[in-house]
Amino acid sequence: METETETHARELIAVRRLTKRYGTAVTALEAIDLSIDDGELIAIVGPSGCGKSTLLRILAGLMPPSEGEAWLHGSRIEGPRRDIGVVFQTPVLFPWRTVLANVLLPIDVQRLGRDKMQAAAMNLLKLVGLDGFENHLPNQLSGGMQQRAALVRALIHDPSVLLMDEPFGALDAMTREQMNLELQRIWMERRKTVVFVTHSVGEAVFLADRVVVMSPRPGRIIDTLEVDFPRPRPLSVMNTEAFGVHVSRIRQALNATGGLE
Amino acid sequence: MNPYLRLLLMVAILAVWEGAARLLHVPAYILPPPTAVAMGLYRGIASGLYVEHVWITMLETFLGFLLGASAGFALGTFVALSRRFEYYLYPVIIMFQAMPKVALAPLIIVWFGLDLTSKVVNAGLVCFFPLMVNTIVGLRSADEDRVSLMRSLAASPTQIFWMLRLPGALPSIFAGLEIAMIFALIGAIVAEFVGAQAGLGMLIQSMNFSMDVAGQFSVLFILSLIGLSLNAIVLAIRRKVVFWDRPAPENRLGGKP
Ligand SMILES: Nc1ncnc2c1ncn2[C@@H]1O[C@H](COP(=O)(O)OP(=O)(O)OP(=O)(O)O)[C@@H](O)[C@H]1O
Ligand SMILES: [Mg+2]
Repeated sequence: METETETHARELIAVRRLTKRYGTAVTALEAIDLSIDDGELIAIVGPSGCGKSTLLRILAGLMPPSEGEAWLHGSRIEGPRRDIGVVFQTPVLFPWRTVLANVLLPIDVQRLGRDKMQAAAMNLLKLVGLDGFENHLPNQLSGGMQQRAALVRALIHDPSVLLMDEPFGALDAMTREQMNLELQRIWMERRKTVVFVTHSVGEAVFLADRVVVMSPRPGRIIDTLEVDFPRPRPLSVMNTEAFGVHVSRIRQALNATGGLE
Repeated sequence: MNPYLRLLLMVAILAVWEGAARLLHVPAYILPPPTAVAMGLYRGIASGLYVEHVWITMLETFLGFLLGASAGFALGTFVALSRRFEYYLYPVIIMFQAMPKVALAPLIIVWFGLDLTSKVVNAGLVCFFPLMVNTIVGLRSADEDRVSLMRSLAASPTQIFWMLRLPGALPSIFAGLEIAMIFALIGAIVAEFVGAQAGLGMLIQSMNFSMDVAGQFSVLFILSLIGLSLNAIVLAIRRKVVFWDRPAPENRLGGKP
Protein backbone atom coordinates (compact mmCIF):
# COMPACT_ATOMS: atom_id res chain seq x y z
CA MET A 1 0.00 0.00 0.00
CA GLU A 2 1.39 3.41 -0.98
CA THR A 3 1.03 6.32 1.34
CA GLU A 4 -1.00 9.36 0.43
CA THR A 5 2.04 11.54 -0.37
CA GLU A 6 3.67 8.91 -2.55
CA THR A 7 0.53 8.54 -4.63
CA HIS A 8 0.44 12.27 -5.01
CA ALA A 9 4.03 12.54 -6.12
CA ARG A 10 3.32 10.19 -9.04
CA GLU A 11 0.14 11.94 -10.07
CA LEU A 12 0.36 13.34 -13.60
CA ILE A 13 -3.24 14.23 -14.44
CA ALA A 14 -5.76 15.45 -11.91
CA VAL A 15 -9.42 16.10 -12.64
CA ARG A 16 -11.41 17.82 -9.89
CA ARG A 17 -15.19 18.25 -9.72
CA LEU A 18 -15.23 18.67 -13.48
CA THR A 19 -18.57 19.43 -15.09
CA LYS A 20 -19.25 20.15 -18.75
CA ARG A 21 -22.50 21.50 -20.11
CA TYR A 22 -23.36 22.13 -23.76
CA GLY A 23 -25.74 25.06 -23.70
CA THR A 24 -28.20 24.83 -20.84
CA ALA A 25 -29.96 21.61 -21.80
CA VAL A 26 -27.17 19.05 -22.10
CA THR A 27 -24.95 18.14 -19.16
CA ALA A 28 -22.31 15.88 -20.68
CA LEU A 29 -20.12 15.39 -17.61
CA GLU A 30 -21.01 15.87 -13.97
CA ALA A 31 -18.57 16.28 -11.11
CA ILE A 32 -15.81 14.02 -12.43
CA ASP A 33 -12.95 13.32 -10.00
CA LEU A 34 -10.06 11.40 -11.43
CA SER A 35 -6.39 11.05 -10.67
CA ILE A 36 -4.04 9.44 -13.20
CA ASP A 37 -0.51 8.40 -12.32
CA ASP A 38 2.56 8.96 -14.40
CA GLY A 39 3.03 5.97 -16.71
CA GLU A 40 -0.40 4.54 -16.08
CA LEU A 41 -2.53 3.01 -18.82
CA ILE A 42 -6.09 3.86 -17.90
CA ALA A 43 -9.18 2.84 -19.85
CA ILE A 44 -12.51 4.66 -19.76
CA VAL A 45 -15.63 2.72 -20.72
CA GLY A 46 -19.18 3.96 -20.83
CA PRO A 47 -22.30 3.96 -22.99
CA SER A 48 -22.51 6.10 -26.10
CA GLY A 49 -23.05 9.78 -25.38
CA CYS A 50 -21.87 9.64 -21.77
CA GLY A 51 -19.17 12.24 -22.35
CA LYS A 52 -16.02 10.18 -22.91
CA SER A 53 -14.93 12.22 -25.91
CA THR A 54 -15.84 15.38 -24.06
CA LEU A 55 -13.50 14.42 -21.21
CA LEU A 56 -10.65 13.71 -23.63
CA ARG A 57 -11.20 16.98 -25.47
CA ILE A 58 -11.00 18.85 -22.18
CA LEU A 59 -7.80 17.01 -21.25
CA ALA A 60 -6.39 17.85 -24.69
CA GLY A 61 -7.12 21.53 -24.00
CA LEU A 62 -9.49 21.73 -26.97
CA MET A 63 -12.30 23.15 -24.86
CA PRO A 64 -12.73 24.48 -21.34
CA PRO A 65 -14.78 22.77 -18.63
CA SER A 66 -17.94 24.50 -17.38
CA GLU A 67 -17.00 23.93 -13.76
CA GLY A 68 -14.10 22.36 -11.95
CA GLU A 69 -10.66 21.94 -13.39
CA ALA A 70 -8.15 19.61 -14.98
CA TRP A 71 -4.45 19.64 -14.17
CA LEU A 72 -1.47 18.25 -16.01
CA HIS A 73 2.11 18.26 -14.70
CA GLY A 74 0.99 20.42 -11.80
CA SER A 75 -0.47 23.23 -13.92
CA ARG A 76 -4.02 23.87 -15.00
CA ILE A 77 -4.99 22.85 -18.52
CA GLU A 78 -6.07 26.05 -20.25
CA GLY A 79 -5.33 25.24 -23.87
CA PRO A 80 -3.53 22.72 -26.06
CA ARG A 81 -0.19 21.52 -24.71
CA ARG A 82 2.76 20.38 -26.73
CA ASP A 83 3.46 17.27 -24.68
CA ILE A 84 0.14 15.59 -25.48
CA GLY A 85 -0.47 13.19 -28.34
CA VAL A 86 -4.04 12.55 -29.48
CA VAL A 87 -5.38 9.61 -31.49
CA PHE A 88 -8.94 9.94 -32.77
CA GLN A 89 -11.41 7.28 -33.81
CA THR A 90 -10.57 7.93 -37.45
CA PRO A 91 -6.94 8.26 -38.60
CA VAL A 92 -7.31 11.96 -39.60
CA LEU A 93 -4.38 11.81 -42.00
CA PHE A 94 -3.84 14.63 -44.50
CA PRO A 95 -4.30 13.13 -47.99
CA TRP A 96 -1.70 15.45 -49.57
CA ARG A 97 1.05 14.34 -47.22
CA THR A 98 2.92 11.07 -47.58
CA VAL A 99 2.82 8.69 -44.63
CA LEU A 100 6.19 9.98 -43.47
CA ALA A 101 5.14 13.63 -43.82
CA ASN A 102 1.90 12.89 -41.96
CA VAL A 103 3.82 11.30 -39.13
CA LEU A 104 6.11 14.34 -39.02
CA LEU A 105 3.20 16.80 -38.79
CA PRO A 106 3.72 17.52 -35.07
CA ILE A 107 7.40 18.18 -35.81
CA ASP A 108 6.46 20.68 -38.52
CA VAL A 109 3.88 22.40 -36.33
CA GLN A 110 6.17 22.62 -33.32
CA ARG A 111 9.23 23.42 -35.45
CA LEU A 112 11.38 20.71 -33.95
CA GLY A 113 13.40 20.22 -37.13
CA ARG A 114 12.50 17.50 -39.60
CA ASP A 115 16.08 16.41 -40.26
CA LYS A 116 16.69 15.40 -36.68
CA MET A 117 13.38 13.55 -36.40
CA GLN A 118 13.46 11.66 -39.68
CA ALA A 119 15.31 8.72 -38.15
CA ALA A 120 13.01 8.61 -35.13
CA ALA A 121 10.02 8.57 -37.46
CA MET A 122 11.43 5.70 -39.49
CA ASN A 123 12.09 3.77 -36.28
CA LEU A 124 8.53 4.23 -35.07
CA LEU A 125 7.12 3.30 -38.48
CA LYS A 126 9.16 0.15 -38.30
CA LEU A 127 7.88 -0.52 -34.78
CA VAL A 128 4.29 -0.61 -36.09
CA GLY A 129 5.21 -2.49 -39.27
CA LEU A 130 4.87 0.41 -41.69
CA ASP A 131 8.45 0.44 -42.97
CA GLY A 132 8.44 0.51 -46.74
CA PHE A 133 5.24 2.57 -46.80
CA GLU A 134 6.73 5.90 -45.75
CA ASN A 135 6.42 7.40 -49.22
CA HIS A 136 2.90 6.17 -49.88
CA LEU A 137 -0.11 8.45 -49.74
CA PRO A 138 -2.68 7.67 -47.02
CA ASN A 139 -5.34 6.54 -49.47
CA GLN A 140 -2.99 3.78 -50.58
CA LEU A 141 -3.11 2.21 -47.10
CA SER A 142 -5.71 0.00 -45.42
CA GLY A 143 -7.73 1.33 -42.47
CA GLY A 144 -5.58 -0.50 -39.95
CA MET A 145 -2.36 0.79 -41.50
CA GLN A 146 -3.71 4.33 -41.48
CA GLN A 147 -4.54 4.06 -37.80
CA ARG A 148 -1.00 2.79 -37.13
CA ALA A 149 0.36 5.87 -38.89
CA ALA A 150 -1.91 7.99 -36.69
CA LEU A 151 -0.46 6.25 -33.64
CA VAL A 152 3.08 6.98 -34.78
CA ARG A 153 2.13 10.61 -35.38
CA ALA A 154 0.85 10.86 -31.81
CA LEU A 155 4.16 9.49 -30.51
CA ILE A 156 6.66 11.31 -32.72
CA HIS A 157 7.12 14.45 -30.62
CA ASP A 158 7.58 12.20 -27.58
CA PRO A 159 4.66 13.53 -25.53
CA SER A 160 4.27 12.34 -21.96
CA VAL A 161 0.53 11.76 -22.36
CA LEU A 162 -1.33 9.84 -25.06
CA LEU A 163 -5.07 10.51 -25.32
CA MET A 164 -6.85 7.89 -27.39
CA ASP A 165 -10.53 8.20 -28.28
CA GLU A 166 -11.79 4.80 -29.44
CA PRO A 167 -8.71 4.53 -31.65
CA PHE A 168 -9.46 1.04 -32.90
CA GLY A 169 -13.25 1.25 -32.93
CA ALA A 170 -13.47 1.34 -36.72
CA LEU A 171 -11.24 -1.70 -37.26
CA ASP A 172 -12.28 -5.32 -37.72
CA ALA A 173 -11.91 -7.65 -34.73
CA MET A 174 -8.67 -9.27 -35.85
CA THR A 175 -6.85 -6.06 -36.72
CA ARG A 176 -8.12 -4.60 -33.49
CA GLU A 177 -6.55 -7.35 -31.37
CA GLN A 178 -3.32 -6.89 -33.27
CA MET A 179 -3.40 -3.16 -32.56
CA ASN A 180 -4.04 -3.83 -28.88
CA LEU A 181 -0.93 -5.98 -28.71
CA GLU A 182 1.06 -3.31 -30.50
CA LEU A 183 -0.16 -0.58 -28.22
CA GLN A 184 0.80 -2.66 -25.19
CA ARG A 185 4.26 -3.24 -26.64
CA ILE A 186 4.77 0.46 -27.37
CA TRP A 187 3.48 1.40 -23.95
CA MET A 188 5.86 -1.04 -22.24
CA GLU A 189 8.76 0.32 -24.27
CA ARG A 190 8.02 4.01 -23.86
CA ARG A 191 6.06 4.22 -20.61
CA LYS A 192 3.70 6.96 -21.70
CA THR A 193 0.68 7.82 -19.64
CA VAL A 194 -2.23 6.58 -21.74
CA VAL A 195 -5.90 7.53 -21.42
CA PHE A 196 -7.77 5.07 -23.60
CA VAL A 197 -11.48 5.52 -24.32
CA THR A 198 -13.35 2.51 -25.63
CA HIS A 199 -16.78 0.98 -26.12
CA SER A 200 -15.40 -2.49 -25.65
CA VAL A 201 -15.24 -3.87 -22.11
CA GLY A 202 -12.92 -6.67 -23.20
CA GLU A 203 -10.48 -4.25 -24.81
CA ALA A 204 -10.47 -2.12 -21.66
CA VAL A 205 -9.69 -5.06 -19.34
CA PHE A 206 -7.06 -6.43 -21.69
CA LEU A 207 -5.14 -3.17 -21.99
CA ALA A 208 -5.56 -1.22 -18.80
CA ASP A 209 -3.99 -1.03 -15.37
CA ARG A 210 -7.21 0.53 -14.26
CA VAL A 211 -10.67 0.71 -15.84
CA VAL A 212 -12.97 3.63 -15.12
CA VAL A 213 -16.67 2.96 -15.75
CA MET A 214 -19.01 5.84 -16.55
CA SER A 215 -22.78 6.17 -16.30
CA PRO A 216 -25.05 7.33 -19.15
CA ARG A 217 -25.45 11.09 -19.55
CA PRO A 218 -24.80 13.07 -17.45
CA GLY A 219 -21.54 11.13 -17.30
CA ARG A 220 -20.34 10.22 -13.82
CA ILE A 221 -17.75 7.75 -12.66
CA ILE A 222 -19.65 4.79 -11.20
CA ASP A 223 -16.90 2.24 -10.74
CA THR A 224 -13.13 1.90 -10.85
CA LEU A 225 -11.38 -1.42 -11.19
CA GLU A 226 -7.70 -2.37 -10.93
CA VAL A 227 -6.47 -4.97 -13.41
CA ASP A 228 -3.18 -6.61 -12.42
CA PHE A 229 -2.51 -9.33 -14.97
CA PRO A 230 1.23 -9.56 -15.55
CA ARG A 231 2.62 -7.99 -18.71
CA PRO A 232 3.12 -8.51 -21.52
CA ARG A 233 -0.39 -9.88 -21.61
CA PRO A 234 -0.99 -12.41 -24.38
CA LEU A 235 -4.34 -12.41 -26.17
CA SER A 236 -5.09 -15.72 -24.43
CA VAL A 237 -5.46 -13.85 -21.13
CA MET A 238 -8.95 -13.05 -22.39
CA ASN A 239 -9.91 -16.71 -21.99
CA THR A 240 -9.00 -16.89 -18.28
CA GLU A 241 -11.54 -16.96 -15.52
CA ALA A 242 -10.11 -13.88 -13.80
CA PHE A 243 -10.58 -11.91 -17.03
CA GLY A 244 -14.22 -13.00 -17.19
CA VAL A 245 -14.77 -11.91 -13.61
CA HIS A 246 -13.51 -8.42 -14.38
CA VAL A 247 -15.57 -8.16 -17.53
CA SER A 248 -18.79 -9.24 -15.84
CA ARG A 249 -18.25 -6.83 -12.96
CA ILE A 250 -17.95 -3.93 -15.42
CA ARG A 251 -20.98 -5.17 -17.37
CA GLN A 252 -22.99 -5.24 -14.16
CA ALA A 253 -22.01 -1.69 -13.31
CA LEU A 254 -22.99 -0.57 -16.81
CA ASN A 255 -26.29 -2.43 -16.74
CA ALA A 256 -27.19 -1.17 -13.29
CA THR A 257 -27.32 2.38 -14.67
CA GLY A 258 -29.06 1.42 -17.89
CA GLY A 259 -25.98 1.45 -20.09
CA LEU A 260 -25.96 -1.25 -22.73
CA GLU A 261 -22.85 -2.91 -23.97
CA MET B 1 -19.28 3.09 -76.00
CA ASN B 2 -17.64 2.85 -79.39
CA PRO B 3 -15.15 5.61 -80.36
CA TYR B 4 -15.62 4.97 -84.09
CA LEU B 5 -19.36 5.44 -83.75
CA ARG B 6 -18.66 8.73 -82.02
CA LEU B 7 -16.51 9.92 -84.90
CA LEU B 8 -19.01 8.59 -87.42
CA LEU B 9 -21.77 10.65 -85.80
CA MET B 10 -19.74 13.84 -86.17
CA VAL B 11 -18.99 13.09 -89.79
CA ALA B 12 -22.65 12.30 -90.39
CA ILE B 13 -23.77 15.62 -88.91
CA LEU B 14 -21.32 17.50 -91.14
CA ALA B 15 -22.44 15.49 -94.16
CA VAL B 16 -26.14 16.16 -93.53
CA TRP B 17 -25.37 19.86 -93.00
CA GLU B 18 -23.37 20.00 -96.25
CA GLY B 19 -26.00 18.09 -98.20
CA ALA B 20 -28.93 20.08 -96.85
CA ALA B 21 -27.25 23.44 -97.51
CA ARG B 22 -26.49 22.49 -101.12
CA LEU B 23 -29.64 20.60 -102.05
CA LEU B 24 -32.03 23.10 -100.47
CA HIS B 25 -30.06 26.04 -101.87
CA VAL B 26 -29.80 27.76 -98.51
CA PRO B 27 -28.23 31.19 -99.13
CA ALA B 28 -24.64 31.43 -97.81
CA TYR B 29 -25.51 34.45 -95.64
CA ILE B 30 -27.98 32.26 -93.67
CA LEU B 31 -26.19 28.95 -93.34
CA PRO B 32 -23.02 28.24 -95.35
CA PRO B 33 -22.04 24.58 -95.89
CA PRO B 34 -19.15 23.22 -93.79
CA THR B 35 -16.82 23.28 -96.79
CA ALA B 36 -17.33 27.03 -97.09
CA VAL B 37 -16.58 27.40 -93.36
CA ALA B 38 -13.40 25.36 -93.84
CA MET B 39 -12.42 27.60 -96.74
CA GLY B 40 -13.05 30.69 -94.64
CA LEU B 41 -10.95 29.22 -91.87
CA TYR B 42 -8.12 28.46 -94.27
CA ARG B 43 -8.16 31.92 -95.83
CA GLY B 44 -8.24 33.59 -92.41
CA ILE B 45 -5.29 31.64 -91.13
CA ALA B 46 -3.25 31.74 -94.34
CA SER B 47 -3.61 35.52 -94.67
CA GLY B 48 -2.40 35.94 -91.07
CA LEU B 49 -5.61 37.83 -90.24
CA TYR B 50 -6.79 35.43 -87.53
CA VAL B 51 -3.41 35.00 -85.89
CA GLU B 52 -3.27 38.60 -84.72
CA HIS B 53 -6.85 38.57 -83.40
CA VAL B 54 -6.40 35.23 -81.67
CA TRP B 55 -3.33 36.58 -79.94
CA ILE B 56 -5.18 39.72 -78.76
CA THR B 57 -8.17 37.80 -77.40
CA MET B 58 -5.98 35.21 -75.66
CA LEU B 59 -3.91 37.98 -74.06
CA GLU B 60 -7.05 39.77 -72.81
CA THR B 61 -8.45 36.51 -71.50
CA PHE B 62 -5.27 35.51 -69.75
CA LEU B 63 -4.62 38.90 -68.12
CA GLY B 64 -8.28 39.19 -67.10
CA PHE B 65 -8.13 35.71 -65.65
CA LEU B 66 -5.03 36.57 -63.62
CA LEU B 67 -6.63 39.78 -62.35
CA GLY B 68 -10.05 38.33 -61.53
CA ALA B 69 -8.76 35.04 -60.13
CA SER B 70 -6.24 36.65 -57.79
CA ALA B 71 -8.78 39.20 -56.59
CA GLY B 72 -11.40 36.47 -56.14
CA PHE B 73 -8.97 34.30 -54.23
CA ALA B 74 -7.83 37.15 -51.98
CA LEU B 75 -11.32 38.38 -51.15
CA GLY B 76 -12.61 34.83 -50.75
CA THR B 77 -9.85 34.12 -48.26
CA PHE B 78 -10.71 37.20 -46.20
CA VAL B 79 -14.39 36.33 -46.19
CA ALA B 80 -13.73 32.70 -45.26
CA LEU B 81 -11.42 33.58 -42.39
CA SER B 82 -13.19 36.57 -40.89
CA ARG B 83 -16.84 36.44 -39.89
CA ARG B 84 -16.79 40.20 -39.38
CA PHE B 85 -15.47 40.83 -42.86
CA GLU B 86 -18.21 38.61 -44.21
CA TYR B 87 -20.90 40.32 -42.16
CA TYR B 88 -20.18 43.80 -43.50
CA LEU B 89 -19.43 42.76 -47.05
CA TYR B 90 -22.27 40.30 -47.49
CA PRO B 91 -24.95 42.68 -48.90
CA VAL B 92 -22.52 44.09 -51.45
CA ILE B 93 -21.42 40.64 -52.51
CA ILE B 94 -24.98 39.39 -52.88
CA MET B 95 -25.98 42.43 -54.98
CA PHE B 96 -22.98 41.98 -57.23
CA GLN B 97 -23.42 38.26 -57.53
CA ALA B 98 -27.05 38.55 -58.60
CA MET B 99 -26.13 41.00 -61.35
CA PRO B 100 -25.25 39.57 -64.80
CA LYS B 101 -21.69 40.90 -64.99
CA VAL B 102 -21.62 41.03 -68.81
CA ALA B 103 -24.27 43.77 -68.61
CA LEU B 104 -21.54 46.00 -67.21
CA ALA B 105 -19.49 45.75 -70.40
CA PRO B 106 -20.79 49.02 -72.01
CA LEU B 107 -19.92 50.94 -68.84
CA ILE B 108 -16.51 49.33 -68.66
CA ILE B 109 -15.82 50.45 -72.23
CA VAL B 110 -16.80 54.01 -71.34
CA TRP B 111 -14.56 53.98 -68.27
CA PHE B 112 -11.53 52.16 -69.65
CA GLY B 113 -11.57 52.95 -73.37
CA LEU B 114 -11.54 50.88 -76.53
CA ASP B 115 -8.21 49.11 -76.19
CA LEU B 116 -6.86 46.23 -74.13
CA THR B 117 -7.54 47.53 -70.61
CA SER B 118 -11.33 47.49 -70.82
CA LYS B 119 -11.33 43.88 -72.08
CA VAL B 120 -9.01 42.77 -69.31
CA VAL B 121 -11.15 44.49 -66.68
CA ASN B 122 -14.35 42.98 -68.05
CA ALA B 123 -12.85 39.50 -68.26
CA GLY B 124 -11.55 39.88 -64.69
CA LEU B 125 -14.92 41.03 -63.41
CA VAL B 126 -16.75 38.09 -64.94
CA CYS B 127 -14.35 35.44 -63.63
CA PHE B 128 -13.97 37.00 -60.18
CA PHE B 129 -17.06 35.47 -58.58
CA PRO B 130 -16.67 31.79 -59.38
CA LEU B 131 -13.23 31.89 -57.83
CA MET B 132 -14.30 33.85 -54.77
CA VAL B 133 -17.22 31.51 -54.07
CA ASN B 134 -15.14 28.36 -54.54
CA THR B 135 -12.36 29.73 -52.35
CA ILE B 136 -14.83 30.44 -49.55
CA VAL B 137 -16.44 27.01 -49.83
CA GLY B 138 -13.06 25.26 -49.97
CA LEU B 139 -11.52 27.06 -47.01
CA ARG B 140 -14.63 26.59 -44.90
CA SER B 141 -14.91 22.89 -45.66
CA ALA B 142 -11.90 21.88 -43.53
CA ASP B 143 -12.75 18.70 -41.66
CA GLU B 144 -13.52 19.30 -37.94
CA ASP B 145 -11.34 16.40 -36.80
CA ARG B 146 -8.39 17.72 -38.77
CA VAL B 147 -8.81 21.14 -37.20
CA SER B 148 -9.00 19.49 -33.77
CA LEU B 149 -5.83 17.56 -34.51
CA MET B 150 -3.97 20.72 -35.50
CA ARG B 151 -5.23 22.56 -32.45
CA SER B 152 -4.29 19.68 -30.16
CA LEU B 153 -0.71 20.13 -31.40
CA ALA B 154 -0.89 23.78 -30.32
CA ALA B 155 -0.83 24.97 -33.95
CA SER B 156 -1.36 28.69 -34.55
CA PRO B 157 -4.23 29.90 -36.78
CA THR B 158 -1.62 30.78 -39.43
CA GLN B 159 -0.26 27.25 -39.36
CA ILE B 160 -3.76 25.82 -39.56
CA PHE B 161 -4.35 27.97 -42.64
CA TRP B 162 -1.18 27.01 -44.51
CA MET B 163 -0.91 23.38 -43.47
CA LEU B 164 -4.58 22.41 -43.46
CA ARG B 165 -7.16 24.85 -44.80
CA LEU B 166 -5.38 25.96 -47.97
CA PRO B 167 -4.28 22.53 -49.24
CA GLY B 168 -7.72 21.19 -48.29
CA ALA B 169 -9.36 23.96 -50.34
CA LEU B 170 -7.30 23.33 -53.49
CA PRO B 171 -9.73 20.88 -55.16
CA SER B 172 -12.52 23.42 -54.78
CA ILE B 173 -10.29 26.30 -55.86
CA PHE B 174 -9.28 24.45 -59.00
CA ALA B 175 -12.92 23.73 -59.80
CA GLY B 176 -13.34 27.52 -59.55
CA LEU B 177 -10.32 28.14 -61.79
CA GLU B 178 -11.76 25.86 -64.45
CA ILE B 179 -14.96 27.90 -64.57
CA ALA B 180 -13.11 31.21 -64.22
CA MET B 181 -10.91 30.50 -67.24
CA ILE B 182 -13.91 30.01 -69.52
CA PHE B 183 -15.73 32.97 -67.94
CA ALA B 184 -12.72 35.19 -68.67
CA LEU B 185 -12.95 34.24 -72.35
CA ILE B 186 -16.67 35.12 -72.34
CA GLY B 187 -15.94 38.44 -70.62
CA ALA B 188 -13.27 39.37 -73.15
CA ILE B 189 -15.47 38.49 -76.15
CA VAL B 190 -18.48 40.41 -74.83
CA ALA B 191 -16.34 43.49 -74.21
CA GLU B 192 -15.01 43.20 -77.77
CA PHE B 193 -18.58 43.07 -79.07
CA VAL B 194 -19.35 46.34 -77.34
CA GLY B 195 -16.35 48.20 -78.62
CA ALA B 196 -12.89 47.16 -79.72
CA GLN B 197 -10.24 47.69 -82.40
CA ALA B 198 -9.06 44.08 -82.46
CA GLY B 199 -9.85 40.60 -81.19
CA LEU B 200 -12.04 37.69 -82.24
CA GLY B 201 -15.18 39.31 -80.83
CA MET B 202 -14.59 42.39 -82.92
CA LEU B 203 -13.90 40.15 -85.92
CA ILE B 204 -17.27 38.41 -85.49
CA GLN B 205 -18.97 41.83 -85.30
CA SER B 206 -17.39 43.11 -88.49
CA MET B 207 -18.05 39.83 -90.34
CA ASN B 208 -21.66 40.16 -89.27
CA PHE B 209 -21.90 43.56 -90.93
CA SER B 210 -20.38 42.25 -94.14
CA MET B 211 -22.65 39.15 -93.97
CA ASP B 212 -19.64 36.81 -93.99
CA VAL B 213 -21.44 34.00 -92.15
CA ALA B 214 -18.89 31.36 -93.14
CA GLY B 215 -16.20 33.57 -91.59
CA GLN B 216 -18.20 33.84 -88.37
CA PHE B 217 -18.53 30.08 -88.17
CA SER B 218 -14.80 29.71 -88.64
CA VAL B 219 -14.14 32.16 -85.79
CA LEU B 220 -16.60 30.26 -83.57
CA PHE B 221 -14.65 27.13 -84.36
CA ILE B 222 -11.44 28.83 -83.29
CA LEU B 223 -13.11 30.08 -80.12
CA SER B 224 -14.10 26.59 -79.06
CA LEU B 225 -10.55 25.41 -79.74
CA ILE B 226 -9.29 28.21 -77.48
CA GLY B 227 -11.81 27.27 -74.80
CA LEU B 228 -10.76 23.63 -74.96
CA SER B 229 -7.06 24.40 -74.71
CA LEU B 230 -7.52 26.84 -71.81
CA ASN B 231 -9.50 24.17 -69.97
CA ALA B 232 -6.82 21.60 -70.74
CA ILE B 233 -4.13 23.89 -69.31
CA VAL B 234 -6.02 24.34 -66.03
CA LEU B 235 -6.63 20.59 -65.79
CA ALA B 236 -2.95 19.84 -66.42
CA ILE B 237 -1.88 22.21 -63.65
CA ARG B 238 -4.53 20.76 -61.38
CA ARG B 239 -3.19 17.26 -61.93
CA LYS B 240 0.24 18.42 -60.75
CA VAL B 241 -0.90 20.53 -57.80
CA VAL B 242 -3.83 18.50 -56.49
CA PHE B 243 -2.06 15.20 -57.11
CA TRP B 244 -3.89 13.39 -54.30
CA ASP B 245 -7.39 14.14 -55.55
CA ARG B 246 -8.52 12.70 -58.88
CA PRO B 247 -11.61 14.56 -60.08
CA ALA B 248 -14.65 12.38 -60.50
CA PRO B 249 -15.37 11.80 -64.20
CA GLU B 250 -18.36 14.12 -63.95
CA ASN B 251 -20.26 15.44 -66.90
CA ARG B 252 -17.71 17.82 -68.40
CA LEU B 253 -20.22 19.29 -70.84
CA GLY B 254 -22.68 20.55 -68.26
CA GLY B 255 -22.34 23.63 -66.11
CA LYS B 256 -20.42 25.72 -68.63
CA PRO B 257 -22.51 28.61 -69.92
N1 LIG C 1 -20.43 20.29 -29.59
C1 LIG C 1 -21.50 19.79 -28.90
N2 LIG C 1 -22.62 20.54 -28.75
C2 LIG C 1 -23.69 20.07 -28.09
N3 LIG C 1 -23.74 18.86 -27.52
C3 LIG C 1 -22.68 18.06 -27.62
C4 LIG C 1 -21.50 18.49 -28.33
N4 LIG C 1 -20.59 17.50 -28.28
C5 LIG C 1 -21.18 16.50 -27.58
N5 LIG C 1 -22.42 16.84 -27.19
C6 LIG C 1 -23.33 16.02 -26.38
O1 LIG C 1 -22.67 15.67 -25.18
C7 LIG C 1 -22.86 14.32 -24.88
C8 LIG C 1 -21.53 13.62 -24.72
O2 LIG C 1 -20.89 13.58 -25.96
P1 LIG C 1 -19.53 12.80 -26.19
O3 LIG C 1 -19.17 12.93 -27.62
O4 LIG C 1 -18.53 13.25 -25.20
O5 LIG C 1 -20.00 11.30 -25.86
P2 LIG C 1 -19.17 9.95 -25.98
O6 LIG C 1 -19.20 9.31 -24.66
O7 LIG C 1 -17.83 10.20 -26.59
O8 LIG C 1 -20.06 9.12 -26.98
P3 LIG C 1 -19.60 8.03 -28.05
O9 LIG C 1 -19.22 6.82 -27.26
O10 LIG C 1 -20.82 7.80 -28.89
O11 LIG C 1 -18.46 8.61 -28.83
C9 LIG C 1 -23.71 13.72 -25.99
O12 LIG C 1 -25.02 13.60 -25.52
C10 LIG C 1 -23.64 14.73 -27.10
O13 LIG C 1 -24.89 14.81 -27.73
MG1 LIG D 1 -16.91 9.72 -28.45
